[in-house]
This record gives sequence, structure tokens and C-alpha cells, in this order.
Amino acid sequence: MKHASFIFGSWGITAVSVTVYAVWVLRRGRELAKHATREEMPWT
Amino acid sequence: MAGQSGTGTSATRRLGILVILMLAALALCGLWFSAEDVVQGSTVRIMYIHVPSIWTAYIAFGLTGLCSAVYLSGKNRSLAWDRVAGASGEIGVLFVAVSLVTGSMWGRLTWGTYWVWDARLTSTAFLFITYVGYLAVRQLGGTHRQRARRSSVLALLAILEIPLVHFSVTLWRSLHQEASVANPNAKVELDGLMLFSLFLGLIAFTLLFVWLVLHRQRSMMLEDAFSDRGLDLAITARRNEAGA
Repeated sequence: MKHASFIFGSWGITAVSVTVYAVWVLRRGRELAKHATREEMPWT
Repeated sequence: MAGQSGTGTSATRRLGILVILMLAALALCGLWFSAEDVVQGSTVRIMYIHVPSIWTAYIAFGLTGLCSAVYLSGKNRSLAWDRVAGASGEIGVLFVAVSLVTGSMWGRLTWGTYWVWDARLTSTAFLFITYVGYLAVRQLGGTHRQRARRSSVLALLAILEIPLVHFSVTLWRSLHQEASVANPNAKVELDGLMLFSLFLGLIAFTLLFVWLVLHRQRSMMLEDAFSDRGLDLAITARRNEAGA
């Protein structure tokens, strides 16, 4: 594939950025939930 | 303490699995199965993430504006609207940044440069800076209601930039190409699998956005609850001090 470094690079940057953010969101939620009461988490 | 389940539910877990499967299918279609473009060759493969990224950013900022309008116009002024607006704005900033980076890499291959001060690129960069400012305003001090009121007003002003960004390629002379699918002549210029890959990307990124918003606004709800709890404890301690 021509220009493979740019193509895979752009897909890689997207995948890494979104994955890092998603993992941060999940870990943040999990960390906060450890100290929350049931009333503070109406989705449970 | 409830403790264990985080911000997920069985519905978000199912949605997350669906998103991962769709993104895997997008990678296969976009990088492997779809044909190269007759003009742009293999560089068209960047389109399958670049276009869904800016689409998601538009949806995110649109939702931020909508929730802000509902918050300001509502009788009870539920902070839930503000939290969805904040979560959506944060995710929009992520996707507009991705769009700028992938667009710049695509530009290097097609235009020979990473960046030009073109109408579309400049207005998109301005959109990014505006919403970074929106997130900064949300971090200013004050009560949750003060945060909600000032960030909602800013979101309603910022949303006006989206049509400017989208139509910048037709309003001004631009190096950036016009829409390939949603163009004014309604003439679709993509073949079957290319079009399928593009729409798969749009749907997958939209569902990814929904999944992220659900989780992020729940963690924001907990942040607000803890902040209130901290304030309550401080007030109780101050009253005890005064009473002693």
C-alpha cells in the first residue's frame, strides 16, 4: 500500500487517542464509584 | 457504599461490545477491502476515520448546545442537562482534535503540506479552541448552578460556529474539497464498498460517542455529588466550631 505510514499512522493516532480517553473515563468512573452510595448512582 | 459497578450497566456493556465489533469491521473495510480512489489512490483510506471524527464532533457540540438550551429554558433547571452538555463538549474536543490531526496527515499527502490557513482548516481550529475554552470555563469556581449557567450561555454562542465550519468550503475559496456524499447536487461520488465503509464509520463513531457520553456524564454526576458532600461536611464542621 502506498503512503502506508501516513494511513496507518492516522488510524493509529485515532485508535490510541480514543482508547486512552475511554480507559480514563472508565477508570475515573470506577474510582469514584468505590466511594459512592447507591443513592448517588441511580443507574445501578 | 455501593462500590463496584462503576459507571457501566448491562446496556452500556452491550453497546460497548457492539461498538468494538463495528470498529473492527470498519478497520477491515477501510484498510483492506475497499477500493482505492481513482484520483487520491490509497490516501482515501484516511477519509473513513477523518469524516466520522468531524461528524462526531458536530453531533457532540450540537448536543452540548441543545442540552444547554434546555437547561437555560427549563423550569426546574436540572443539572443533569448541564452534565450531559459538559460530557458531550469534552468528547467533541477529542474528536475535533482527531479530525484536525488526521486531516493534516491527509493534507500532507494530497496538498503537499500539513497545514494551510484555509477557510475550513482555520475555522475548524477556531472551533477546537472555542470548545477548549468552554471546558476551561466549566472548571472555574462557584456552585454547580453558576457553572451550568455560564457554560450554557457560552455553548449557545459556540454552536453558531458549526454552520460556519461546515459551509466554509462553499462560502469561501478553499483548498479543502466539498462534500463527496452530502453535496448540493445530490450526486454520490463514491462506489458501493467505499460508501458502505464511510457510513459504517459514521454509525460506529456515533455509537462510540453515545457510549462515552453515558459513562462520562455518570462520572460527572459522582464528581458533583462528592463536591456537594465535601461542602456539606465543611458546613457541618464550621457549625460545630461555632457551637463549641
